[in-house]
Amino acid sequence: MTNNDMSQSDAKKSDVTNSDDVKVGVNSVDLKSPAQASVKAKAKTKVIVDPEKCVQRLILKLQDYWARQGCVILQPYDLEVGAGTFHPATTLRSLGPDTWRAAYVQPCRRPADGRYGDNPNRLQHYYQFQVIMKPSPANSQELYLGSLDAIGIDSTKHDLRFVEDDWESPTLGAWGLGWEVWCDGMEVSQFTYFQQVGGIECNPVPLELTYGLERLFMYVQGVENVYDLDWDGVPAEEGGKTYGDVFHQNEVEFSTFNFEIASTDELFRHFEDAEAECARILKFGEANAEKNGKAKGNLLPLPAYDQCMKASHLFNLLDARGVISVTERQAYIGRVRELAKACCEAWNKTQQEEA
Amino acid sequence: MSEFLLELHSEEIPARMQAKAAADLKKIVSDQLKAAGLVYVDARSFVTPRRLALVIDGLPEKQPDVSEEKKGPKVGANEKALEGFMKANSLVSIDQAEVRNTPKGDFYFVVNEIKGRNTTEVLAEIVVETIKSFPWPKSMKWSKNSFRWVRPLHSILAIFKGETLKGSFDFGNQTLNFGNKTRGHRFLAPDWFEVKNLDDYLHKLRLAKVLVDESERRDLIETQAKELCVAEGLTLKDDQGLLNEVTGLVEWPVLLMGQIADRFMSVPHEVLSTSMKEHQKYFSVLDGDGKLANHFVFAANTETVDGGQTIISGNERVLASRLSDAEFFWDQDKKDKLESRVDALETIVFQAKLGTVANKMGRVSVLASDLAEQTGCNPVYARRAAELAKADLTTGMVYEFPELQGIMGRYYALHDGESPLVAEAIADHYSPLGPSDRCPSAPISVAVALADKIDTLVGFFGIDELPTGSKDPFALRRAALSIIRLITENSLQISLRQAFAASFSAYTGQLTESEDKTIDGLMTFIADRLKVALKDKGVRHDLITAVFALGDEDDLVRLLARVDALAGLLKTDDGANLLAAYRRAANIVRIEEKKDKTVFDATVDTVLLQQPEEQALQEALQGASQEATKALEREDFTEAMAALAGLRPPMDAFFDKVTVNDDDPALRKNRLCLLSRIGVILGQVADFSRIEG
Repeated sequence: MTNNDMSQSDAKKSDVTNSDDVKVGVNSVDLKSPAQASVKAKAKTKVIVDPEKCVQRLILKLQDYWARQGCVILQPYDLEVGAGTFHPATTLRSLGPDTWRAAYVQPCRRPADGRYGDNPNRLQHYYQFQVIMKPSPANSQELYLGSLDAIGIDSTKHDLRFVEDDWESPTLGAWGLGWEVWCDGMEVSQFTYFQQVGGIECNPVPLELTYGLERLFMYVQGVENVYDLDWDGVPAEEGGKTYGDVFHQNEVEFSTFNFEIASTDELFRHFEDAEAECARILKFGEANAEKNGKAKGNLLPLPAYDQCMKASHLFNLLDARGVISVTERQAYIGRVRELAKACCEAWNKTQQEEA
Repeated sequence: MSEFLLELHSEEIPARMQAKAAADLKKIVSDQLKAAGLVYVDARSFVTPRRLALVIDGLPEKQPDVSEEKKGPKVGANEKALEGFMKANSLVSIDQAEVRNTPKGDFYFVVNEIKGRNTTEVLAEIVVETIKSFPWPKSMKWSKNSFRWVRPLHSILAIFKGETLKGSFDFGNQTLNFGNKTRGHRFLAPDWFEVKNLDDYLHKLRLAKVLVDESERRDLIETQAKELCVAEGLTLKDDQGLLNEVTGLVEWPVLLMGQIADRFMSVPHEVLSTSMKEHQKYFSVLDGDGKLANHFVFAANTETVDGGQTIISGNERVLASRLSDAEFFWDQDKKDKLESRVDALETIVFQAKLGTVANKMGRVSVLASDLAEQTGCNPVYARRAAELAKADLTTGMVYEFPELQGIMGRYYALHDGESPLVAEAIADHYSPLGPSDRCPSAPISVAVALADKIDTLVGFFGIDELPTGSKDPFALRRAALSIIRLITENSLQISLRQAFAASFSAYTGQLTESEDKTIDGLMTFIADRLKVALKDKGVRHDLITAVFALGDEDDLVRLLARVDALAGLLKTDDGANLLAAYRRAANIVRIEEKKDKTVFDATVDTVLLQQPEEQALQEALQGASQEATKALEREDFTEAMAALAGLRPPMDAFFDKVTVNDDDPALRKNRLCLLSRIGVILGQVADFSRIEG
């Protein structure tokens, strides 16, 4: 990966499509055309392959499987993020000596990937399923393969492969080694042994698993268009919903907002506000920690990190609006990374301290 | 004589690291065996995605006994020296040491008889040391361990003479005992089993659906892939790099063939091949005409109950999804003419100090049309091709597949109705990309390719951004090599200095270095690259230096002809002796010049030439000089060399009969000036002082 901007690298593992990174280059002009959206209105179809394989049932199966492996099942974080990794349950919890096992669905937003609901593979809002296990279990690969089995991917019929793919997030100052997991040539998950987060060495080392749910489920259900995914296993005539029923309007509206409406002046201002707020929270915490001679309970990495996530998303929106030049982009990524690092450092202090 | 078998079983090792890892394992272990005095018969290593294995055959049971002799202090040395010596050698009394008489006096000696240790003990240490020091290009920690390996290491199988080697490896938080068990294919035979020796290991793993030997896997993949193609009346597109990579992705290769949906066959075939190879690791297949067929071949890593049907249809779906992206870009890109994309090159930075790609291509198009005359094409075409050469950088397809730059430009140019010659030049202008890449020969392509590279070199040298050591981020060495290949392989008569000067002025004051410094630096750079390029062809670098040292030769074709002629001359007896005679003359002149603190470069006074041998040499020199000059005017370098080779007999005769350092200072000076002329005259073809050997 040569592109290391925020949306691409973070979303590398999150792509709904088969393309490892999505770029809105010269073609974005065409994609922004709202006329295109109205022309290609979707014909409604709903095919139920197997109610056991509907979106919500598969999510429940993943949650159930990982709960049985001793994971805390969390709900999504209530802020916009570009990838499940941004959830504090991964970013922050990767640091510190304590055992931590969690699994959760995380809605992710990648404003630049909006296609006004026209592209069968690309969405500006999609789901990731995220597993984090610290320390990484000795049987990490077996545990992962067990989860595929749980959602009906049978290793006696499919070709499952671990293909080198090292992961890096310049925004989070994080990197790890691992693979993308291939099922019959399709990337179904990212499998990473984190080595560093927020510029801090991970010890113990966590295992991070990320499943791009739409893509995986399309494969399991055998559908070619994300909007055709059977959401609930209920027939259409009984009010059953497809992915399109649930999200198509959302994609059209947000594509318009992301590419055309979002006020760049306000976004720039919000970015600076979030950045300043993050720094202010951390500074306040530091002063208290110094005064009270204790990190935990005084430092405020969690609220500060909220501001970091906000800044990251605001950057992604600005990027989608096409108002950040190539040279500026690196600088913005660097600014978010500084926030992430500072939050991680504060968090790490609260974890390393003797109780 | 016994066998040692080692297997390091881990999670999937990246394919690109496997070959080196196998070689490293063999080298590290065998180096340690040699250092330990354990002589073996044969060593072989194996690698699969999940295991790195080594067998050493013909090891002895123990190390040989050795006696080690140590020289101590002199007899009668001070107390401290004696104590130190005794302590170092565990002596209780100095009487235990032997006194020996040496030419330097009497000294204490001890002879330690060191018993050879059992091979098993030494091997156990070697295994630990090997794992600790293994040079992975990238390694990681896992769980709570502080130890690093390429991916988590799960077992160490170590067997010597059929027995498990006693030993273990400490990860920091976990200890892995050496064992005699391994496991087969991840899905087809995951159970652990015991192994006795190499034959047993290979046999049982084969039953457990693992082919340990990578060369066997590679051959199998190639054979099976070809068979699948033949069955359909097709042929496999050769791609050794991909074959090696795929070999590193499977333990049990099962080759399968899939189909490309017809609607994608109208997309340029390079796009299909690139997408299949880069993203999916699929082999391309060709039809009877050598065109891309609508099939692809890939290696699965497993056997399935349905004969791979699910796997094939899955892969076809993935490919269709990838190709619909490519098709989208192809359709979108064609909507805008290539010409209309030129303006957008202003947004792509070439180099911060050198401006944008649009700036660059403005300069290149002028330069290309200037070069058109020498390459033999219409300057209008050369200019047009240069203007459009990089316009495809702004297309969606090239953004997605950067390796298709130029190639896509050709497609879009043809679609726009540009001349096919121009389109070809757009595709060719990045070439040649290395010593083995095809070198363009079409005149327009050559003009644009040369202009592009000259502009790059002059720009970077002009702002003093030079390659250092192994760092060459802008691939300037490659650009220089490309220039050399373009000129010499197309026999172009081009003055490089003039071409560099034209390029320099096209930068209109943007460059920070002076023109002279830039061009001189570039000429040296080109000379260095030329030496490297010609080294492989067996051309001596000193001969290139000798010809370059003349300073006025900047036409590479002529320069190489001179080097060739010089090499030819030196191969003959006359040439070799001429060189020897030249050196003798040059040495005498140098020594005497140093003595007198002067330079003997005056004209030879024919009146003072007394002996027939010196007169003969003077005449021969003049004759040779005239002949050489004439031959050089005709650019007949062989003839020029032959003229000089004729100097050998009069030179030999001169040294035989004439005393240079005559008592008469006038005669001496005149003779030294005569000898000095030899270098001057030989200097018409090369600086002989630079010739080595």
